[in-house]
Amino acid sequence: MRLLRRRVDPLDYAGRIWMRTFFAMVFILLYAPVVLMMAFSFNDSKRNIVWRGFTTKYYEKAWNNDGLIEAFINSLTIAAINTIVATVLGAMVALLLWRFRFPFKSAYEGFMALPIVIPEICMGVAMLAFFSRIGWPTGMPWPLNLSAITIAHIAFSFPFVAIVVRARMAGFNRELEEASRDLGASEWQTFWHVIFPYMRPGLVAGALLAFTLSLDDFVITFFTSGPETVTFPVKVYSMVRFSVTPEVNAASTVLVAITLVVAALMLRVQRQGQAGSP
Amino acid sequence: MESFRKNQGVFWILAGPGSLWLLFFFLVPLGIVWVLSFGEKAVIDGKVSITETEITWTLANYVRALADPVYLVIMWKSIWVSALATALCLIIAYPVAFVIAFASPRWRPWLLLAVILPFWINLLIRTYALIAVFRIRGYVNFTLEWIYDTLWLDRLLGPFEPLELLYNDFAVVAGLVYVFMPFMVLPLFASIERLDRSMLEASLDLGASQMGTFLRVTVPLTMPGIISGLILVFIPCLGSFLTADLLGGTNATMIGNVIERQFKAANDWPFGAALSFLLMYVTFGALALRALLSRDAGARI
Repeated sequence: MRLLRRRVDPLDYAGRIWMRTFFAMVFILLYAPVVLMMAFSFNDSKRNIVWRGFTTKYYEKAWNNDGLIEAFINSLTIAAINTIVATVLGAMVALLLWRFRFPFKSAYEGFMALPIVIPEICMGVAMLAFFSRIGWPTGMPWPLNLSAITIAHIAFSFPFVAIVVRARMAGFNRELEEASRDLGASEWQTFWHVIFPYMRPGLVAGALLAFTLSLDDFVITFFTSGPETVTFPVKVYSMVRFSVTPEVNAASTVLVAITLVVAALMLRVQRQGQAGSP
Repeated sequence: MESFRKNQGVFWILAGPGSLWLLFFFLVPLGIVWVLSFGEKAVIDGKVSITETEITWTLANYVRALADPVYLVIMWKSIWVSALATALCLIIAYPVAFVIAFASPRWRPWLLLAVILPFWINLLIRTYALIAVFRIRGYVNFTLEWIYDTLWLDRLLGPFEPLELLYNDFAVVAGLVYVFMPFMVLPLFASIERLDRSMLEASLDLGASQMGTFLRVTVPLTMPGIISGLILVFIPCLGSFLTADLLGGTNATMIGNVIERQFKAANDWPFGAALSFLLMYVTFGALALRALLSRDAGARI
């Protein structure tokens, strides 16, 4: 028994066997459901609990499901437009908060954080009430019919972009900006040649965040989407309500894969940003 | 930082678009819901209309939400289900955050990433993945049956009866813990990492046990993180709609599901609006409490 007991430093909590076991268990429980779902999307069985051999037929089936593909294209379109607009708006707000002192600034910051803190369902029903009250046109041709969802997505994602970009700008040496002005550069030249290059990793990280936020959103989209404008999560939701099928597993696996790629990209950008900062 | 007066042109260009967007596409929609919450279904030609609402500045919707036993029961249930899920999150996340904070610097970012990564995965997909785990023919029952049969219990006690794990409060609590756990780990990690370790050493050197040190030194010093985590998990739990909808079914309803029903199937927008504003007031109350408590905790240390 003595031999099995390693001597651990009293403060080396991460070295204790039972702490490590607990951590590993939580880690496994956190990932097991999603990993099982992804693995069983390749399972050649409808009941999908016992492994019956490898197949990609459910991916084919998902690919041939027109409703699913349409929803997927809608989601990507909304996410793309959202990314562009939210990044621009978020960056402007970040620059505003970084650069200026103005009255009621902390109240303004609280206002910007509102879409982040209020429950999603409250924002969802607000969007539903808003678009139906003002009589937002429905039944417009694609992609204009996605405008209501896109507007809602931009409203909740650009404050996140602002936080990310502002965090990046916090490390900026303001003397560089002053030097640029002293040397006669205009407002725009200073922004484009001095501030923007420094801001770029923050912008990319913010853009990637806006992209995933939009691609992942279910609750707010659920209230703003109509029968003609179904996004991928809303489609999956309507399929899930009936039963767990390998086809949904396959479609979900694709979405998880996209998310992981974006997360990896974001991680890389952040590392480069850290390495490249003066 | 410069004053906005010095460079008003740039100030307004930067402030304009974002502020207007949030005003028109966030504050105005919320205002509409707020006004709606004081309305009632319009009576046209002596008949109650299904689609039209009339703003009469009545408080009936709020009275109904707070006095009708049906909704009162759901409110209390939402609160205790969220509180239970939040408490379980704290119990599970504390050791996890501890391991990450005390891990070697080389491992720390990777362990932290491992806990945050599920955040990025779609909430719907994570919840959906849990259905396959908990359903009658799910992984949990499958494993239990295998253990049961291996122990020859089926010969002694008869065939295995699968557990009904879905569509009850248990499933909702488990789902909430699963989905919102990373929210708890982050603030805990931040406060444990900042912890002055010489305090722990001093406590141990002066003869306190590990347990005593934990309860009297570590917990009080990491209280800001604990409070932040509790509130950051409690708020989304209380407002959650998807988890109770998919895992709880009709048996386990939370406020979010009632709101959704009023705006969709039941078509009683004024009542749904009142409920959603009540939910928002509770959220703001929790946030104010967090600000107050963290200021207190900050002042004491």
